[in-house]
Amino acid sequence: MSKIGIIIQREYMTRVRNKTFILSTFLLPIMMILFIIGSVFFAVKSVEKQRVAVINDPGYFQKHLRSDSSQVVFEFTPGIDSVNYADRGYDGVLYLPALPGQQPYELISRKQFGIAARGYIEKQLNKAIENHLLEEKGIQKEVLDSISNASEDAVALKNRVTDKKGNSKQANAGLAYGIGFGSGILIYITMFIFGAMVMRGVAEEKMNRIAEVIVSSCKPFELMLGKIIGIAGVGLTQFLLWIILITVLMTAMQLFVPAEMLQQMQDAQANQQNLPGGPNNTMALKILQAKTTIVEGVNWGLIIFCFLFYFLGGYLFYASLFAAIGSVINEDPQEAQSLMLPITMPIIFAFIILTSSLNNPNSPMAVWASIIPFTSPIVMMGRIPFGVPDTVPYWQLILSMMMLIGGFLFTTWFAGKVYRTGILMYGKKVTWKEMAKWAFRKS
Amino acid sequence: MQPVLEVSNLKKYFATQKAVDGVSFTIGKGSIFGLLGPNGAGKTTLLRMITGIFYPDEGQILFNGRPFNPESDVAGIGYMPEERGLYKKMKIGEQAMYLARLKGLSREESMTRIKEWFVKLQMESWWNKKVEDLSKGMSQKLQFVTTVLHNPDLIILDEPFSGLDPVNANLIKDEIFRLAQSGATIVFSTHRMEQVEEICDHIVLVNKGQKILDGTVKGIKQQFKEDIFRIAFDEPVLPEHTAIHLFQVINKSEKELILKKTEGFTTNDIISYFIHKGLTIHAFNEILPSLNDIFIRQVEGTPQTRQFETVVSH
Repeated sequence: MSKIGIIIQREYMTRVRNKTFILSTFLLPIMMILFIIGSVFFAVKSVEKQRVAVINDPGYFQKHLRSDSSQVVFEFTPGIDSVNYADRGYDGVLYLPALPGQQPYELISRKQFGIAARGYIEKQLNKAIENHLLEEKGIQKEVLDSISNASEDAVALKNRVTDKKGNSKQANAGLAYGIGFGSGILIYITMFIFGAMVMRGVAEEKMNRIAEVIVSSCKPFELMLGKIIGIAGVGLTQFLLWIILITVLMTAMQLFVPAEMLQQMQDAQANQQNLPGGPNNTMALKILQAKTTIVEGVNWGLIIFCFLFYFLGGYLFYASLFAAIGSVINEDPQEAQSLMLPITMPIIFAFIILTSSLNNPNSPMAVWASIIPFTSPIVMMGRIPFGVPDTVPYWQLILSMMMLIGGFLFTTWFAGKVYRTGILMYGKKVTWKEMAKWAFRKS
Repeated sequence: MQPVLEVSNLKKYFATQKAVDGVSFTIGKGSIFGLLGPNGAGKTTLLRMITGIFYPDEGQILFNGRPFNPESDVAGIGYMPEERGLYKKMKIGEQAMYLARLKGLSREESMTRIKEWFVKLQMESWWNKKVEDLSKGMSQKLQFVTTVLHNPDLIILDEPFSGLDPVNANLIKDEIFRLAQSGATIVFSTHRMEQVEEICDHIVLVNKGQKILDGTVKGIKQQFKEDIFRIAFDEPVLPEHTAIHLFQVINKSEKELILKKTEGFTTNDIISYFIHKGLTIHAFNEILPSLNDIFIRQVEGTPQTRQFETVVSH
């Protein structure tokens, strides 16, 4: 076996046999599943029923305010006022004017009503007022309803995406969004986790002073590359195990969780759409929708190939830079922080561009960010699911891949130069400027 | 004696200093060679060039008569750096195996040799321990074993005895002599002079990147001798005995004198003088300077001098 093979083997084996690797590999999917179950469970259970006593006597709303949800119930019980409503089991008391158009509208409660509940009450009030206005103008509500019912589902717009020859494909933005977001975020996270692992490994060898023993047996470049490749192997192993475990657990869950519960979960998901949730909610929802929809026209082979390509390319590009940092730092962890900033910034920046390019995969920023190797592994993965060569022309994909290959060859060469000097240098604070000097001086 | 290593006009300049500035020497096969010098003299840089870690800026290294090729020749070199390094979390047996295989040994061969050495140095029970569980002396022994496992022609040891108790130091010393006898060449780098006098055949002293002394221990001592003699008598020495221009008294006790011979006279002149005075000479011998004294004198006046360890001469 070649020396680099022996090094790869050691880097891989010591990490894979490590307790933390085994724990994180097996615990993470379990925790993820528990988290999903937990959050759905609480989403289902936490929809609290609000009883609201309405004071509107005599008044227009008594006949027209209706509740069509179990979330908020309106009751017109006589004898309720703002003093005794809580004792009678109501969560709030709603004072309404006799006629729409008058003031005030007031909701009195002990506890603050949630945004969703308040929104719902407002919506129902507006509906009642709308009906009143329609009637005033002589439009029957039933007539209007029948018209809007008839027109509501009359058109289902299909976005037919065609290539130059006019062959059409069915576009599914939701699915593309889901795949793009999922693979982009996966690459983003792994770059940080495994990049940091490379950096720590290199720094450890330097601190232990084993580096000098080893580079008297092999080239420093072999040691660095062996470590980077070994850790890439660890990453791929972990991915594979996670995918297998999650699939197994998901299948097991569907077998053991009662059908009602699943139905409830789906309802909760559907309800979420009505709730003003944060961006995470809608994003999670889109991913879920993407998972549940199976559509033709997605080139899975290409997507998987590109994912592996950009995962490895992006990892190699950044891991060698992390290795260079690991080789120049001393005992002080503060040093690593300041040196890492110029590397972590583009990664975070790429992630920000990813979220915006998912909504607009052809904006100039998305296009350029998916070609420049500093951001391309993350951003390009957000664009590819929208279609090659429709959204991402071949020239962009090929240029981006070539740039990434060129990029990681350059960073590996650069890191190799820095590493060779840094690994044997102690007690000196090094800046990026100095590292660049080491790389470009003649040797 | 056939040279294993010939170094000629080796130079390595760093941005701020001339770490090695035109050093040449030759190391004979089977010899124990001492590379000496104060801290910062350029020893480590020199050794790193010989082990292929650094490329020299100028000059030539011949290994076994051929130009040194780091790629293929590292298998013939064992290097133990001054700062010991081992993977703390790795098991000892696996660690030794890893380092041996990096030197090109097969798995089976590594296993046999490791077992052999572990038995020889009473380390058999360590196989499954981790380095972090070892004492400093124990990990030193392990480091030594990993350095010599692949039977290198050239063994480079940077301060090999630091941190070892006398029993283990002797164990390693015996192994070094044995390895030298079986044909390996040992390069020692140290600033502990008493060890050098005891072990080394040939020494080179470097200071500020330049070679300032080169020769055998005996030869160098002869070169720097100062005609100082010790003479012991059976009777007490009286002050009137020493009032003579033949010598100067450096030290005096009841029945013994340390004296410096005046130039132009011989030792026989001194002995016959005392015989003539009626004193019985019990012992007479020359006191050669210790290497420590020679080196301090050689590097005196440079800022590095004070970094020399003061060793009590015996």
